[in-house]
Amino acid sequence: MRLPLKSGWLLVLPFLLLVGGLFLGPILNVLWISVTDPAPGFGNYAQLGSSDTLRRILWTTLRVCVICTAFSVILGYSIAYAMVHAAGPAQSRMVGLLLISFWISVLVRTFSWLMLLGRNGVVNSGLEALGIITAPIAFMRNELGVLIGMVHYMVPYAVLPIFAAMQSIDGRVVQASRSLGGSGAQTFWRIYLPLTKPGIVAASLVVFIINLGFYVIPAVLGGGKVLMVAEYISVQVLITLQWGTAAMLAAILLFGVLALMFLMSRFMKLSTVFGGART
Amino acid sequence: MRVSLPAKLNTGFAWVLLVLLIAPALVAIPVSLTPKTFLSFPTDELSLQYYRELFSSPEWLSSFAQSTVIGAVSTLLATTIGTLCAIGLWRVSSPAGEVVRSVLLLPLVVPPIIAAMAFSRLFVPLGLIDSYTGLILAHTVLSAPLVLITVSASLAGFDARLEQASRNLGASNWVTLRRVIVPGIRPGILAGAVFAFISSWDEIVVTLFLSKFSVYTLPRRMWNGIRENTDPTVAAAAVVLMAITLLAFAIWALAARRTRPAA
Repeated sequence: MRLPLKSGWLLVLPFLLLVGGLFLGPILNVLWISVTDPAPGFGNYAQLGSSDTLRRILWTTLRVCVICTAFSVILGYSIAYAMVHAAGPAQSRMVGLLLISFWISVLVRTFSWLMLLGRNGVVNSGLEALGIITAPIAFMRNELGVLIGMVHYMVPYAVLPIFAAMQSIDGRVVQASRSLGGSGAQTFWRIYLPLTKPGIVAASLVVFIINLGFYVIPAVLGGGKVLMVAEYISVQVLITLQWGTAAMLAAILLFGVLALMFLMSRFMKLSTVFGGART
Repeated sequence: MRVSLPAKLNTGFAWVLLVLLIAPALVAIPVSLTPKTFLSFPTDELSLQYYRELFSSPEWLSSFAQSTVIGAVSTLLATTIGTLCAIGLWRVSSPAGEVVRSVLLLPLVVPPIIAAMAFSRLFVPLGLIDSYTGLILAHTVLSAPLVLITVSASLAGFDARLEQASRNLGASNWVTLRRVIVPGIRPGILAGAVFAFISSWDEIVVTLFLSKFSVYTLPRRMWNGIRENTDPTVAAAAVVLMAITLLAFAIWALAARRTRPAA
């Protein structure tokens, strides 16, 4: 073979240059301005101690992310369980629905939720027509609406790692538990659920990571009332032009995401999450 | 094995959930057919006026054209460099290569808002804000990792001996790449291209930071429509956006089905 190593790296080079020059470099620049703008030092980070607004935003972000992750993973677990145990054709129909939902644009979903959840939206008028409620429920401009939109978006992301973990379970383990006298519930809680733990952890981390930086749904469905980190960063950059504060929040967000990725890599080979290492 | 009652209940529940994952997006369809002048559901009659509006307004049409151009060019670039890179890493196949791979996947992991800040820092001094070049470059960086993933998955099932055979028979690097490797991993390349196009076609956060007046993609215009929340044309745009996304999905699904039995 003629210089296989060299020719291999040569093919990697264009992508590497592009990511290095257009992405990693400017991100380092953002990290840099978090300690230099408006004045050198850790003034931006010190705001975390002094500013109630910043603390409230971080707290809202964490709270919404944790609740959303919990719901997404529980609902995702139910879907994955049904998918694993479904017969061939039913399983491919389920996978099809899941993939289609993956592909529906976040803008289309957000727009649809506006139509559904508004004061005179479908959900409120439907519930009123059925006599279940007398006054409209406030779904929007609060955390409820943001959570509905975000959980709806995140469930498919939660299903896939759990589904993969369930597929790798040896069915004989479950049979062994049953034949040794374990009830269905016992078998599920003491055998099946623990075996799917890596999938649950991976799903939680994937969902949590995406949630942390979520912009569109909180900004629209929260209507300015549920201020999360990403929206606050965009306001700082686009409107008040306070790059220092924005960069500081971006740095915190970035390190949070990277730390969680590192954590995830210890539970699951990242290549199985992202697909496709050679071996 | 007998299926237990809780498992049956769970299956029913899962079907309901799966339908609920898709159903909400469909409300855009009736809203887009309203004859009224504000965002509402049609009551007595249906009207196509907002589709006419969508396809005759210069603003919406130019947004369609811009999204298509930016999507097509960035897909071409992302597919090319993503495929080359996947082949390169597959040839290298070393721990160093895997480190490089995880670095190249970072654009998928880093929150879009941070990517938006980074691009904006770089593009302001370069004068690339509000330009096709800027958005195309940004979308290429964001979508090339998707190509890297799908092509790498295809390469995992590609017999490396084919490459050696081609070289032993005297083919050059370039001929081997074009005539042996690329045809063997075509499904992965196609899937990557479809993912790349959709990720650009739908992209909003980075676009919000990089576009102002002259470049106004479809998601950008929809974003405005959603924020203003009055003009029903945005519902028609949502339906068209969804239809094109699903069309791309169908192309990918058909291609995947056609190639799977052969593989």
